[in-house]
Amino acid sequence: MNEKLFKYKLYVKNNNDVSFTPETLAKIQTIISHYPDGQHKSALIPILHIAQEELGGSLNVDIMDYVAGLLNITPIEVYEVATFYSQFYIDPVGKYVIEVCQTGPCAICGGEDIMNYLEEKLKIKVGETTGDKLFSLKAVECLGACGSAPVMQVNTEFHEFLDMQKIDEIIAKLRNESELTKPEELTWKERLS
Amino acid sequence: MERKIILENIEIDGIRLLEVYRENGGYKSIEKALKTMTPDEVVAEVKTSGLRGRGGAGFPTGMKWSFIDKKSGNPRYLVCNADESEPGTFKDRYLLEHIPHRLIEGMICSAYALGANKAYIYVRGEFKSIIGILNEALKECYKAGLLGKNILGSGYDLDLHVHTGAGAYICGEETALLESLEGKRGNPRLKPPFPAIKGLYGCPTVVNNVETLANIGWIVNNSGEEYAKIGIGRSTGTKLISACGNINNPGVYEIELGLPVEEFIYSDKYCGGVKGGKELKAVIPGGSSVPILPKNLILNTLAGEKRLMSYESLSEGGFITGSMLGSGGFIVYDEDACIVRNTYNFSRFYHHESCGQCSPCREGTSWLESVLHRIENGQGKMKDIDLLVSIASKIEGNTICPLGDAAAWPVAAAVRHFRSEFEFHVLHPEIVKNVKHGSLEKYLEIPVLTAE
Ligand SMILES: Cc1cc2nc3c(=O)[nH]c(=O)nc-3n(C[C@H](O)[C@H](O)[C@H](O)COP(=O)(O)O)c2cc1C
Ligand code: SF4
Ligand code: FES
Repeated sequence: MNEKLFKYKLYVKNNNDVSFTPETLAKIQTIISHYPDGQHKSALIPILHIAQEELGGSLNVDIMDYVAGLLNITPIEVYEVATFYSQFYIDPVGKYVIEVCQTGPCAICGGEDIMNYLEEKLKIKVGETTGDKLFSLKAVECLGACGSAPVMQVNTEFHEFLDMQKIDEIIAKLRNESELTKPEELTWKERLS
Repeated sequence: MERKIILENIEIDGIRLLEVYRENGGYKSIEKALKTMTPDEVVAEVKTSGLRGRGGAGFPTGMKWSFIDKKSGNPRYLVCNADESEPGTFKDRYLLEHIPHRLIEGMICSAYALGANKAYIYVRGEFKSIIGILNEALKECYKAGLLGKNILGSGYDLDLHVHTGAGAYICGEETALLESLEGKRGNPRLKPPFPAIKGLYGCPTVVNNVETLANIGWIVNNSGEEYAKIGIGRSTGTKLISACGNINNPGVYEIELGLPVEEFIYSDKYCGGVKGGKELKAVIPGGSSVPILPKNLILNTLAGEKRLMSYESLSEGGFITGSMLGSGGFIVYDEDACIVRNTYNFSRFYHHESCGQCSPCREGTSWLESVLHRIENGQGKMKDIDLLVSIASKIEGNTICPLGDAAAWPVAAAVRHFRSEFEFHVLHPEIVKNVKHGSLEKYLEIPVLTAE
């Protein structure tokens, strides 16, 4: 069937090999042990966070099928969850996903200007990724930090009280450290277990 | 009067750590509850305290606890709702970031009262750093024998774990939260059965907000009777208010219920007045789901009495001239704020966050958004304004969960109180097309004529 007919490339399996490291698998066992016997499906969302972070920044069919296998549930149970929650990305994203809050309290405190400035600066529109695959720009809803508006997150880390100068600094810093690996204590794996 | 229950000692360096928290009186309530009280006695104290749910609905906590099915023989669960995603609300994040042990202490007492041996804290996925903080705190508790088997030698066992969401406002609704905790999409369940009968994994469950549970330690230590002396009337205790928008001091404040709204807005101890010396235009007092009130009605009720920060006073006048305390997300708008744009913004939010299960909500929120978009962009007609009211009334009360109402009420209230602004948008498309925010009247030389 024609691939273009689908909004999500959800049905396209590439049969790439995906797997977690033994160390990650051990952490995942700990997370599963937090739920009663037989309720291991509860660990799905935590595991998808880890999968997305460790296996390339977004979820694809190969990854989702792998997670289904780990939890011994059907692939559709993973797909329906992955497509419901806004923090899971089905399409590929850049290394840094910038999510700007666009909801009321941020909007009245300059959130709209922040978004416009980022679009100009990164030369992309909301929803797009830069050519060097470094930055994706997304608009999200209230991040629960309205007192420090305007607010955005970069890969789920908060940046608050934003202005143009701060944006310049953040982007410059990210460009500089893009080659480095993420400190272990900031990962989902560490925080969840 | 200054009164701190939840944020007491928050200024102490290192209070996030178990050791410091305990040096300052933390976890005393565990000894008292587990060793000297029966579970029913704890429930009774909470009933006497008059504590009401701080997640938004204000349901009496002790009463909710007494509904839990103790006869089924199934395990019981306590679940803490830390999904905090109601626009304007950021109090739970503040509490969890600074003093996570306050919640854990409250949860141990509460789980004991309910006879639950397993409890979860459901934290929204965007609060990744908070999840780390909570897990650190939980590890400290396990090590100190405050969690796990035979807590402090009392014979009571409790396992407490953190669970994460992944970006869905609807998962704050308690049954959607339980679905999500079971590893599914966040689709709210039809009630009844209520979670107290069939909740997590089909077992009796209580879902409470972070702030609600953070009060329990104090109540156990000081008695429900003492708690009930704080506050005003049936609004007992203190409340965390997260203040944001066009004010000088945005932030989280613990207030004694009954504080005059005017004092909260203008005192330097709290909001510190409207930013830039501007005039106050309107306030949404309890998160984006509650009706917006114009200046005159937020400061005073229609009857001319001073409006107080309490459940009763804020809802005085019903939805015609009143609002709700809700989650305590206090959003302030100055004279230059555009109510139409703001209403459009929130209906986009609700449309985006609707889970799509019921058609009045799924379709209605989409209609509200597109009609408001049209008006905001200077393409609206006069009859669109009544269309908004009509759509809102058709969503209200016709849905599985209250998200539908939460989307409808604010639109109805905005039109009720600020109809002339909506009409202005229809009458002056050339102005609204070019000016995106701010008070539009000032772009006119002549005063606006409205149809009223
Ligand atoms: C759409 C929707 C979103 C909600 N979001 C939250 C939330 O983020 N946090 C919360 O504590 N309660 C939220 N609630 C209320 C919960 O359903 C529930 O009433 C509350 O957690 C009960 O706790 P309480 O009695 O301690 O307030 C929400 C309700 C609805 C309908
Ligand atoms: S009211 Fe809206 S959010 Fe609630 S169940 Fe229905 S469609 Fe879902
Ligand atoms: S509105 Fe932006 S964080 Fe709440």
